[in-house]
Amino acid sequence: MLRRPATSTQITHLQRLWLYILCGLVLFYLVVPTLLVIPMSFSGSRFLSFPPETWSVRWYKAYFNSAEWRAATSVSLQAAAWTTVVATVTGTLAAYGLHCSRMRITKHLSVLLVLPMIIPVILLAVGIFMLFAPLQLNSSLTGLVLSHSTLAIPLVLITVTAGMRNFDLNQEQVARSLGASRPKAFLTVTLPQIRNSVVSAALLSFVVSLDEVVIALLIAGGDMATLPRRMFLALRDEIDPTIASISTILILLSILLLGLSQFLDRKRSR
Amino acid sequence: MSAAESTDRQNEAALARQAFTEQLRLLSLSFPALLLVGFIVLVPIGWLFWLSFMDADGFTLAHYERLLHPSYALTLRTTFELAFLVTAVCVVLGYPLAYIAAQMSPRSARIVLLCVLFPFWTSLLVRTYAWLVLLQRRGQLNTWLQDWGIIDTPLRLVHNFTGTAIGMVHIMLPFMILPLYAAMKSIDENYMRAAANLGASPVKAFWQIYVPLSLPGLGAGVMVVFVLSLGFYVTPALLGGGRVMMWAMQIERSLAVYSDWGAASALGVVLLVITLAILWLFSRLTGAVNAAAGGR
Repeated sequence: MLRRPATSTQITHLQRLWLYILCGLVLFYLVVPTLLVIPMSFSGSRFLSFPPETWSVRWYKAYFNSAEWRAATSVSLQAAAWTTVVATVTGTLAAYGLHCSRMRITKHLSVLLVLPMIIPVILLAVGIFMLFAPLQLNSSLTGLVLSHSTLAIPLVLITVTAGMRNFDLNQEQVARSLGASRPKAFLTVTLPQIRNSVVSAALLSFVVSLDEVVIALLIAGGDMATLPRRMFLALRDEIDPTIASISTILILLSILLLGLSQFLDRKRSR
Repeated sequence: MSAAESTDRQNEAALARQAFTEQLRLLSLSFPALLLVGFIVLVPIGWLFWLSFMDADGFTLAHYERLLHPSYALTLRTTFELAFLVTAVCVVLGYPLAYIAAQMSPRSARIVLLCVLFPFWTSLLVRTYAWLVLLQRRGQLNTWLQDWGIIDTPLRLVHNFTGTAIGMVHIMLPFMILPLYAAMKSIDENYMRAAANLGASPVKAFWQIYVPLSLPGLGAGVMVVFVLSLGFYVTPALLGGGRVMMWAMQIERSLAVYSDWGAASALGVVLLVITLAILWLFSRLTGAVNAAAGGR
C-alpha cells in the first residue's frame, strides 16, 4: 500500500479513496438489488420485504402448483433448447465459412448477419408478427424457435469468430493434405480446438431465448405463452409474489450458466 | 513451345476455377444463417417500410404526416431525454469502474468483471422486477430511508421517469463497462509513465493521454447504450407504469390498442432510420463498430 507519494507525480491510494468508494457503490448497485429478491421470495406474506417477517415457501408452492406457470416454463425450455441447436449450428457454420472464405463479399454478409442485434427488437417483433400471420406461425413453437434463433445468430457469429481467430487454419490444411475431406478435417481438427467458444455461443443462445420478452409478447399467445411473456403480463397488471420465486430460480440458473461460461473462458485462454 | 504454353494456361484456368468453386462452397456454409436472417428480419422490415407508405388508395405520406402531431413529438422527446440521461449516467458510473478494474491484478479484476457480467446473464425481467419491488411506495428503499430518518413521507420512485431511469441504467451499465474495460486494458502503461517523466501532473496525464486512448472503448459503449436505450421497451413499460411513453411503447400501443398498421409501421421506420443514422455517425466518428460488436 502506497501511503506517501514516492514522486511528485504519484497519487496515493488514500488520495483516490473516493474513486474506490464510487466503484464499490457501482458494484453494489449492479449486484445487490437483484440478489435481494432471493431472501424476499421466502416471505410468508403477500407483501415482500427484506428481511422477511415470516419465512415460508408458499410462493414456490404457488409456482409449482400452477398449471399455467408450469406450462409456460415448459414452452420456454423447449424453445430455448431448439434455439440453442438451430442458432449454434447455423451460426457456427456461417462463422467458419465467412472466416475461411477470402471473397470480398464476406464482410458485407457478416454485417447482414449482425443486423438482428442492431435493429430494435420491437420492430422485429412487429415485422415477425405480420410475416407469421399468413403462414400461421404465430403461437407456434416453430415460430418462436425461428425468431429466437435469428436473435441469437449474431452472438454465435461473434463468439465463434473470436474463437476462430486464435486457431491456426494451417492445421486444417495439413489434415486435408494428408487426405482428410474438408468436413472431416473440420470435425476432427478444427471443431475440437474451437469447442469452448462454440459451447459459450450455445449458452448465450439459450439465455437469449429464455430471456426474450418482446417478440414472445406479440407472437406467443395461447398455449405457446413463454415464461417471460407470462411474467411481463403478471408484472404489468399486478405484482404477483409468485414471480419472486420464479426470479430466484432464474437467478440461480444464470449464476450457473455464468460460472460455466467463465470456466470455459479460462480454459480457452490457457 | 506454344503447345506447352497453352497447356499451362489451361491448367491455370482450371486451377482458378477450382479455387473459385472452393471459395463459393465455403461461402455457402453461411447460407442457412443468411436465409434465416433474410426471412425473419429483412422481409418483414421491407414489408413494414412498404406498408408505411400505403393505405387503401395506394401511395400516401399520411402516416408520416400524423407523426407530426404533438403527442408523438412528446414521445420522441421523452425517448431522447431518457436515452441521453441513461447514457450520461452510464459514462459517469462506468468509466471509473472500468478504469480501476483495468489497473487491478488479474485476480481482483476477474471478480469485478464477474460482478459486471452477473446482471448481464440475469434475466432482464428479473432485474426489472427487483427494481419494481425495491422502489415501490411501500418498497424496501422507502422503508429504509424512513427508518433512518432521512425522509418523512415515501418518495415516488417508480412508475415515473426516475424509476425508469434507475432501472435502465442498471440494465445498460454492463454494455458501457465491457468495451471500456477492453479498450483500457490495451493502453500501454508506459505512456502514462512517459507523461509523468516529462513533468505532467497525474491529472493532466490522465486527461491528455489516458482519456484520448480510451476513446474507442468509450465511443463503442456510448453508441451501444444510446441505441439500445432508444428502442427499449420492457423496462420503461414496467417501471414507467404507463406514464413514461417511449417510442417503442408507442409502436406496440398503436398495434395492440388501435390495430393501426400504418402508424405502427411509420413509427417503426422512423425508429429504424434514427438508429441506423446514429450507428453510421458513430462508426464514422470512432470506427468503433467492431469494438462494439465484440463487447457482448
